[in-house]
Amino acid sequence: MAISDVNPFEAPPAGDNMFARITDNVTRIAETATPPRAWYIAFGFAQLLLLMFLGSLGYVIWNGIGAWGNMMPVAWGFPIVNFVFWIGIGHAGTLISAVLFLFRQNWRTAINRFAEAMTIFAVVCAGIFPGMHIGRPWLPYYMFPIPNQMDMWPQFRSPLEWDVFAVSTYATVSILFWYMGMIPDFATFRDRATTTVRRVAYGIVAMGWRGSSRQWHVYERAYLILAALATPLVLSVHSVVSFDFATAQLPGWHTTIFPPYFVAGAIFGGFAMVVTLAVPARQFFGLKRIITIRHLELMNKVIMATGLIVGYAYGMEFFVAWYSGNKYEVFTFVNRAFGPYGWAYWTMISCNVLFPQLHWFPQVRRNPWATLIIGLIVNVGMWFERFVIICTSLSRDFLPSSWGYFVPTPVDLMTLGGSFGLFFTLFLLFCRYLPMVAMSEVKAFSPAGLAHGDH
Amino acid sequence: MSDEHKKHSVKSSPPPVHGLLAEYDTPPQILHAAKQIRAAGITKWDTYTPFAVHGIDDAMGIKMTILPWFTLGAGLTGLASAILLQWWTNAHDYAWIISGKPFWSIPANVPIMFELTVLLSAITTLVGMLILNNLPEPSHPLDQVRRFARVTDDKFFLLIRASDPKFDDVETRALLATTHPVAVEAVLEDRVTPERMPTGLVYGLIIFAVASVVPFALAAKARYTKSSSPRIHLIQDMDSQPKYKAQRENSFFADGRAARPAIEGTVAAGDARDDDHFYQGKDGPGWARTFPSEVALNEATMDRGRQRFGIYCTPCHGQIGQGDGMVSRRAESLQQGTWVAPTNMTLEYVRQQPVGQLFGTISNGIRSMPAYAPQIKTEDRWAIVMYVRALQRSRSGSVGDLPPDARASLK
Repeated sequence: MAISDVNPFEAPPAGDNMFARITDNVTRIAETATPPRAWYIAFGFAQLLLLMFLGSLGYVIWNGIGAWGNMMPVAWGFPIVNFVFWIGIGHAGTLISAVLFLFRQNWRTAINRFAEAMTIFAVVCAGIFPGMHIGRPWLPYYMFPIPNQMDMWPQFRSPLEWDVFAVSTYATVSILFWYMGMIPDFATFRDRATTTVRRVAYGIVAMGWRGSSRQWHVYERAYLILAALATPLVLSVHSVVSFDFATAQLPGWHTTIFPPYFVAGAIFGGFAMVVTLAVPARQFFGLKRIITIRHLELMNKVIMATGLIVGYAYGMEFFVAWYSGNKYEVFTFVNRAFGPYGWAYWTMISCNVLFPQLHWFPQVRRNPWATLIIGLIVNVGMWFERFVIICTSLSRDFLPSSWGYFVPTPVDLMTLGGSFGLFFTLFLLFCRYLPMVAMSEVKAFSPAGLAHGDH
Repeated sequence: MSDEHKKHSVKSSPPPVHGLLAEYDTPPQILHAAKQIRAAGITKWDTYTPFAVHGIDDAMGIKMTILPWFTLGAGLTGLASAILLQWWTNAHDYAWIISGKPFWSIPANVPIMFELTVLLSAITTLVGMLILNNLPEPSHPLDQVRRFARVTDDKFFLLIRASDPKFDDVETRALLATTHPVAVEAVLEDRVTPERMPTGLVYGLIIFAVASVVPFALAAKARYTKSSSPRIHLIQDMDSQPKYKAQRENSFFADGRAARPAIEGTVAAGDARDDDHFYQGKDGPGWARTFPSEVALNEATMDRGRQRFGIYCTPCHGQIGQGDGMVSRRAESLQQGTWVAPTNMTLEYVRQQPVGQLFGTISNGIRSMPAYAPQIKTEDRWAIVMYVRALQRSRSGSVGDLPPDARASLK
């Protein structure tokens, strides 16, 4: 298999009508024998990172989680920072698929499929961290209500247990939603297959979909119901994650602003990851006709709006700390900005509040590469937001005698970096083998699909 | 694919017609055709499109699906099972108090109720969609039609089945022609795809089904049988640690013992207990009749004794040592013959015992009373003896023992 230097997806898609061109634009990515060289480079790099991830996890399993830097008083450290970071990223997909669907934002059809895929891969990455952080990663089933010889049950009044249910429900429903959306597109892949392997493999997952209108009727109803179910779910997941903090007594965590603040932050970080992936994907896979500048601009507007909400939350935290008159609360926030972790705090503020303001300029938000760079900056900022919340509050709580300073170990950094390897490996495989764009939905909302003839 | 089918079908009589298929190019054309076919009173028909065409439901007269009711039922089931699960596990089967919260309250249990409601609803919606759509459907007569492969790409199709009462090869063709199709083609019944699943697949599924029961069968067997061998321990946790424990063998030492005995002629710091009076309560062969010199006979020691007595002795002997502590009273109320009642320490024969003997009883235990030497420090045991002496005196005093002014208040 020769790797071509020229991008095979630069050419305009084949087909004598709009539907055929949409089909060709999407299916040729999965049908080509030689993906662009960029794909191979990216995949090789992702494999190296994945290897590092597996290696560092193996090291942690073998030696115990003392290999990480989390130590009293910062017992949560990197694993929980990374967990909240990834689960936050995993919010944009379902938000785009479900919430924008209910609001009839038809532009979502161009980006919903790979945003959903991104969601699922982010949740996969997120789930690994608490699973490892429990210390004995071979006993995660203790968190589920399974009858056992100890006659003990999980503690359902604990937010950590709510988390187990919220994240696993979210992962399940996201996968169902994603899979159901792909059934008609799998059928397209099956019907275009030129080899038996592809025909059988896509045939199995397409389940014999033949596009009957009677089936479409039930399918559309099911899609609407799943969207209606996923909408409160996506809002609940990060709320429940924020309860892990908000129900604790710790200054800086014990605040009622956390659920909305976390949800806004999750949408903010999730959309930033969507544009980070969308810009190179549309470039390398020739999807510029489907994911247009208009789509990027709309997503940048969402980033700017949620970034402002997040900025408001940062300010409001300080106001409430001062207004409460609680000296521990006041100290925590002054310490956050001007204490030993001040560098992390100001990184967060500049990445999350200052840089997204550039999107006020239409030239910036319509520029794919500016979009990509600001998306990356926001991702860094959102990671630091979780780091600031966890590390500043834990490292300096009530008693100065028990203060400390968290320093990550090299294994911490390898696990964090490696989790991107898992994420990108899954994402690149998805780009290569699964329908990257919801073809049937794009067709339905294309000018030709919306033509109604006599009405 | 269809060429292959044709090859097979020439061997026997041609298969019966499944229906007539018409092809269209655009959504408005298929919408228009659907309206005409419906108006013509055809009942066994369907349209096939690459996406859900807006307005096709109305054009074809498709009735609203019952799927939402499936979802509602599943949602209510999820809600009920979440309530039952949390109540039964945390408030009934193993009720435990967390932070003084009630065993059962709605707010703390809402998140899981919500999650299970959504989870069951979502799974049921997908499964219900597949069931109502008769999916998965591995084969269909339409698969033999080459042009039909573009139904998932850019073409729109309308199929009138031969099972329709009004179906007639010529008349139905004429009807379809009035809808201006791009093409009309007869679809034959599928004679090639076997009716039954391939034998290999059937056996594979049976083997898989049987094999999937094995782990559960092993778990059930383990639950109801006994074994003298230790359990299989895949992950050692901290069960085997690289260290020696007391009583274990160790080939490193000549005597083969892991625990090292004290070197001959030495005593560990603080273990030289050669003062029999203080440590044993002995004065030569008999019990000591006086307190040892290490114990200060003062108010502070008495207070210490009262406090230690309150902690260690009152549960059985009671506040004033008459053998009526709460444990004893409870044991007697249960009327179990095994209980040996604690001694009333204010009785004459106990009063006659030397202080050394009282100290010995506390240190070594007597009858069902355990030895307290490991729990109470030597000085404190003597302090307790001192307090017991005071209790005994308080129960056996006479008016003459009181100071003159207090004597007057009794009259």
